[in-house]
Amino acid sequence: MNHDALWLRANIIRAIRSFFWDRGFLEVETPLLVPANAPEEYIDPVMAPPWQLQTSPEICMKRLLCRGHENLFQISRCWRSNERGVRHLSEFTMLEWYRADSDYRNLMADCRQLLQHVAAVCLTGSPVYRYKTRRIDPFAPWSTISVQEAFLRFANHSVWDCLQKGLYEEILTETIEPALADFPSPVMLVDYPAELAALSRLKPGQADLAERFELYVGGLELANGFSELNDPQEQRRRFVEANRLRLQEGRSALPLPERFLDELGYMPPSAGIALGIDRLVMLAVGTDSIDQVVAFTPEQL
Amino acid sequence: MYTVADLKKGLKITLDGDPYLVVAFDFVKPGKGQALYRTKMRNMINGTLLDRTYRSGETFEPASLEERTMEYLYKEGTHYTFMDQATYEQVVMEEETLGDAKNFLLENLKVEVMLFGEKPIGVSLPNFVNLRVTETEQWAKGDTSGNDSKPATVETGYVLRVPPFIEEGELIVIDTRNGEYSTRVKG
Repeated sequence: MNHDALWLRANIIRAIRSFFWDRGFLEVETPLLVPANAPEEYIDPVMAPPWQLQTSPEICMKRLLCRGHENLFQISRCWRSNERGVRHLSEFTMLEWYRADSDYRNLMADCRQLLQHVAAVCLTGSPVYRYKTRRIDPFAPWSTISVQEAFLRFANHSVWDCLQKGLYEEILTETIEPALADFPSPVMLVDYPAELAALSRLKPGQADLAERFELYVGGLELANGFSELNDPQEQRRRFVEANRLRLQEGRSALPLPERFLDELGYMPPSAGIALGIDRLVMLAVGTDSIDQVVAFTPEQL
Repeated sequence: MYTVADLKKGLKITLDGDPYLVVAFDFVKPGKGQALYRTKMRNMINGTLLDRTYRSGETFEPASLEERTMEYLYKEGTHYTFMDQATYEQVVMEEETLGDAKNFLLENLKVEVMLFGEKPIGVSLPNFVNLRVTETEQWAKGDTSGNDSKPATVETGYVLRVPPFIEEGELIVIDTRNGEYSTRVKG
């Protein structure tokens, strides 16, 4: 990582902090070493027996919402086992923020303002993001496309068929994401099939869809946000189902975050989102490789 | 045995009975989704390129490749014969398999022969070889045409560009990695 990229990274983190401080968000630090993460089918924690490193700060941050704290943000390290590639590091930096009495639409508005703020403050020469020869203007009107519409429009397939045939990831990464790269401004992919809800609430009156969205900039996945599920029974059912699928694929079952499940019934209707800071720095630097935006890669240690 | 976590550029694996070299690799993992390991591989026997996408849990056998030092003996038609220095065992390779290496093979040259099981699939040459120029035009002193190189044929039949002062019968050093003239052997 060169000197300029280190400075840009530091500047972006400072701009993110001031963005949330100026809006009255409380900056929190929650433990990185935890007894349990939210079990997910395809996320493997880095184990630190008898506990594990956090895969995301979501469990602790939602417990703070349950205790009445309303607007929260955190910038922290997260770990996910065996994730290494040109856009992935096993240890990476995540920004998460949560809003009480809100839903995912409030988060979409936050995303737009945050990306505009970071560009205006940190990319003073030309306030655009860059990825693989594309220039993405955060000040131009943003697009919103539902997952169903994206699969039909760009791949001519129903997303439900793709899920059933196990082709979801292939079509998404080989056809949909490249199509999203052609947009001149950021795109929000919204309303995921309920099978992919994870910790999100289902859409009222449409039980086959979840209030989940992902933010894409130049075809690069930058953030994942939800209207948060606050029904402890349903949340437990999804965790148990994730573990059942893990076992079926020969992966180990993961412990459940029991205290989180005990308290979840007290969480107000909330919305929360995780944004990869390393990827935001990639977009600001204009590099295709996450290696260019960290002080050291694991291979350099 | 390798797992998907071992996949990277340069890894050699066995696939459908053939050795493959991973020439490009991309780890892809859409949000909350399953990880995909996208690879481009080259068949080390016939050179064909193959795109394959793997998922976690899949495993691979390493390509059982062995390099042995051998001496190049002679050529018959399109067959090139090499001899293992230790066992005196001889192997024959097709011109097509040798690729550009054939341009630099002079009898008695020591090379590394790569074997897949018993089958020779290629050779690694020394980075530099000395070859004698058998044919090249005389440099006319005072030539002002501006050409700073001319064609020359060496004893293997290979033709390359050399500086104008090189004469027939001279020994020159060739870089086998790019096939270019490197320097003149003095004396």
